Amino acid sequence: MRKFAFAESGEGFVPPSTADFNLPPVFGDNEFTTKPILLVLLSVVLISVFFIISSRKALVVPSKLQFAGESVYAFVRNGIGEEIIGHEFMRFVPFLFTLFTFILTNNVFGIVPFLQFPAMSHVSFPYVLAVISFVVFHYVGIKKQGIGKYLKGIAFMPGVPKFVYILLTPIEIATFFLVRPLTLSLRLFANMFAGHLLLLVFILGGEHMLSGAIGLKLIAPFAFAFGIGMTFFEFMVQCLQAYIFTLLTALFIAGALADEH
Amino acid sequence: MSFRTSASEAAANPLIPHTAELIVGFIAFTLLFLVLRSKVVPMFEKAFAARTEAIQGGMEKAEKAQRAAEVALEQYTAQLSEARGEAQKIREEARVQGAAIIEDLRGKAQEEAARITAAATASIEAERQQAITSLRNEVGSLATELASKIVGEALDDQVRQSRIVDRFLDDLEKSK
Repeated sequence: MRKFAFAESGEGFVPPSTADFNLPPVFGDNEFTTKPILLVLLSVVLISVFFIISSRKALVVPSKLQFAGESVYAFVRNGIGEEIIGHEFMRFVPFLFTLFTFILTNNVFGIVPFLQFPAMSHVSFPYVLAVISFVVFHYVGIKKQGIGKYLKGIAFMPGVPKFVYILLTPIEIATFFLVRPLTLSLRLFANMFAGHLLLLVFILGGEHMLSGAIGLKLIAPFAFAFGIGMTFFEFMVQCLQAYIFTLLTALFIAGALADEH
Repeated sequence: MSFRTSASEAAANPLIPHTAELIVGFIAFTLLFLVLRSKVVPMFEKAFAARTEAIQGGMEKAEKAQRAAEVALEQYTAQLSEARGEAQKIREEARVQGAAIIEDLRGKAQEEAARITAAATASIEAERQQAITSLRNEVGSLATELASKIVGEALDDQVRQSRIVDRFLDDLEKSK
């Protein structure tokens, strides 16, 4: 697509746009073989293989590989699960662990050479994850408190003067059923989308400058250096977003489990 | 081409999801969840449990060893005090026995002394008797000799002589 854009526009620089995220199918015309879909499938294989191999022996004194896998697992299990959800956390650890590793791997794909595309910058995947998170935390709450008590707890927060409900009830309902899943998915999507766009700007811009006048050629290395700097920054954002998504899901579950949120 | 149209629609708005991606995303996540839940989480939990157990087991072992050491110490102390008591008893017994032996020896020595004294007394008595007898004979012969000298009568005949002496002595005793 990018090449087409260059060919059509000739000398002028076409800044990267949302069109750059629409990659053609890798094989034939099948919509199921686009790059993000293949990346997501690759992430499932990579995560499964890595953790199955690293956990296979389950030694008391871990090998380096087991230690690496275990550290990630323990980070989610203790740092997010136990810390946020409390004594019932063990039921949710597989879910949170899957969420974290899945998002992290697909985010980091954005800076892995040759892959270089964060699958989470396609909004469909964050939508799916947010819907799953939405269903899980509401299901947990309904199962724990019963549907009537759960919904009443959301709509009429206890310990608030009656007249405040005029204002609070719509806000609370919107928060639980609209804002939470939307912010969850859009935060992840927007971060990955913007990050990738930023890298495209610096790297494609630098490339374009190299083909331009001598003055532009001299500036090009700065653009590349900044692009590399942004890559490190992106890595931080990618890890952070995976953590935030998992952490918020754990918080929602903890809130649904608590008798009075 | 259907793809082109859907791509251009999405290009206009990146917030519109692709159906294919929604399906794949859901399946991929579910698949990964099932794999991690069944294969990975139990193994890591097993390792954690084994580790906790190993640490606790080690601590329990140490505690057990300490208890055993305490019991042994108690036993040794008891044995030591018992041995001391026994030694004390043996010493006491030895003292008593020593005293008995001394007492016994003293008795024996006294007995021996008494025996010796008795023997000496007996022998003195015998000697006295003997002295008396010999003295009587001598006194008799001396007296006879004296008398014969005085009387001038030879009283050589032994029988007569002793008869005269006896009569003399009898008279002497009678006159007393």
